Amino acid sequence: MSHHIVEARNLQHIYPDGTIAIKDVSFRITHGESVAIIGANGAGKSTLLQHLNGCLYPTSGQIRIGDTLLTKSTLPDIRRTVGMVFQYPDDQLFMPTVFEDVAFGPLNQGLSGSDLEERVTEALTRVGAEHLRIKPPYHLSGGEKKRVAIATVLAMSPDILVMDEPTSGLDPFSRRQLMALLLEFKHTKIFTSHDLDMVLDLCQRTIILHNGMIMADGPTDEIFKNDTLLAACRLEKPLSMQGCPLCSADCATKPGN
Amino acid sequence: MKPINAAVVDLKQLDLLADGDSSIHTLDSRAKVLVTLVFIVSVVSFDRYEIIRLLPFFVYPAVIIVLASLPPLYIARKIALVSPFIIMVGLFNPLFDRDVLYQIGQVEISGGWTSLFSLLTRSLLTVSAAFILVGTTGFTAVCQALQRLGTPQIFTVQLLFLHRYILVLADETDRASRARELRSCGKKGLGVTSFGSLTGHLLLRTWLQADRIHTAMLARGFTGRFHVSRQSCFGANELLYLLGWSLLFISLRTATLSDTIGALFS
Ligand SMILES: Nc1ncnc2c1ncn2[C@@H]1O[C@H](COP(=O)(O)OP(=O)(O)OP(=O)(O)O)[C@@H](O)[C@H]1O
Ligand SMILES: [Mg+2]
Repeated sequence: MSHHIVEARNLQHIYPDGTIAIKDVSFRITHGESVAIIGANGAGKSTLLQHLNGCLYPTSGQIRIGDTLLTKSTLPDIRRTVGMVFQYPDDQLFMPTVFEDVAFGPLNQGLSGSDLEERVTEALTRVGAEHLRIKPPYHLSGGEKKRVAIATVLAMSPDILVMDEPTSGLDPFSRRQLMALLLEFKHTKIFTSHDLDMVLDLCQRTIILHNGMIMADGPTDEIFKNDTLLAACRLEKPLSMQGCPLCSADCATKPGN
Repeated sequence: MKPINAAVVDLKQLDLLADGDSSIHTLDSRAKVLVTLVFIVSVVSFDRYEIIRLLPFFVYPAVIIVLASLPPLYIARKIALVSPFIIMVGLFNPLFDRDVLYQIGQVEISGGWTSLFSLLTRSLLTVSAAFILVGTTGFTAVCQALQRLGTPQIFTVQLLFLHRYILVLADETDRASRARELRSCGKKGLGVTSFGSLTGHLLLRTWLQADRIHTAMLARGFTGRFHVSRQSCFGANELLYLLGWSLLFISLRTATLSDTIGALFS
């Protein structure tokens, strides 16, 4: 299915105040790939992601989803294909109750009655938030908001999943739950994260963004082995690759090990 | 800035009330919108000195509050919130209009005072009708009903966004004023100077936030069509509801009913 290809060509974005957030970014992500976009604060990750479903328009360059060029006229189709979870859940939740919020997308897709009910319940269950359905979103905790925001996108069953820092603010259990959910999602998925251990677990491919430019694009394990590259981009190895000082000290002192 | 906070949460709660499932809640939203319109037109079209004949109209909010089991205190508080504005509007009536209209013993009541009270009564009635409409229907459903009744989409979508925008503005105000309060060390902040920049900052922030929310709606397939989870159609119950109330309001307005009641007492 060529449908699930995401391609950026010479993408550039300059904010109205003159900030050049993205300079000449090109990549091609094919069907079923799981790609992490990592980089320091202000590297341009969120800006880049918001181009993928047309929340921002490139200053120059183009975006292609499948065979379709992203333009004003193809936008509705592309938004149906690309599901986007924003960095801040407050930007995403706007209905009076959690249920209505999750139902908003499916309703626009034409679902109703028991189909709708089922879709919403399933999405909420998958993020472990079904007990929150009657609550208003503004009464939720930060992590709960995040989970509901993810459910709003899952409920639309997108072909391509784009998430901006999906695990930020989640407790360890919810983080694991989300990682399992992402593993289960077999279509193309792209996300940014500062949680490099998750990146190591979930993504075969990683793109490093630094000051709006791609510094590296390749297999995740290779990139994380390159210390000089990581340091140049203000990044660190995932904890699981660093070796635990406590345990190794332990091993050294215990006889017989 | 506690009052602002409370007012916002209150405003949001009004929408939550609409989740109830009383006999009033389940009526088709168009019937409720139409009844509210007839009610408001009847009340507003009275003469500016009218008070007595307005009083029977309080039956409508009272009955609906009971039937829909809305919290009466909450509605009362909402109305109290807007009444200062109404008083402001009518404040000068007693000054300009000094002709004596009623004489009770030694006390002379001028036309100005009468029209101020009439204005107050009418505002109480219309505002409570509007709150009751939203509280039993929900704002989105009201917009949808207006659209199904033939209001152009551009207008109803604007209305919906205005509602959202107010909620967002209030939210942002709350956050900004809390941040300011926390860093002003118990003093009044920097007074007027910081207040000016705070307001400007707020408007920008609200605008950006409203824009992001709009984007989020578009990203989830919003095309300007309203979808409401409660499915309903305009049936016999709705017709009865609409005709019943409209007949009552119109006869109260055209005085046939109050005349008969008046005749009974005299
Ligand atoms: N609306 C805006 N107007 C002007 N500049 C902006 C705007 N939004 C972001 N920027 C700037 O663009 C750059 C990239 O921001 P972006 O939000 O994409 O960073 P990020 O990589 O997502 O960072 P983080 O890890 O902190 O989320 C930053 O330097 C930021 O200051
Ligand atoms: Mg970001």
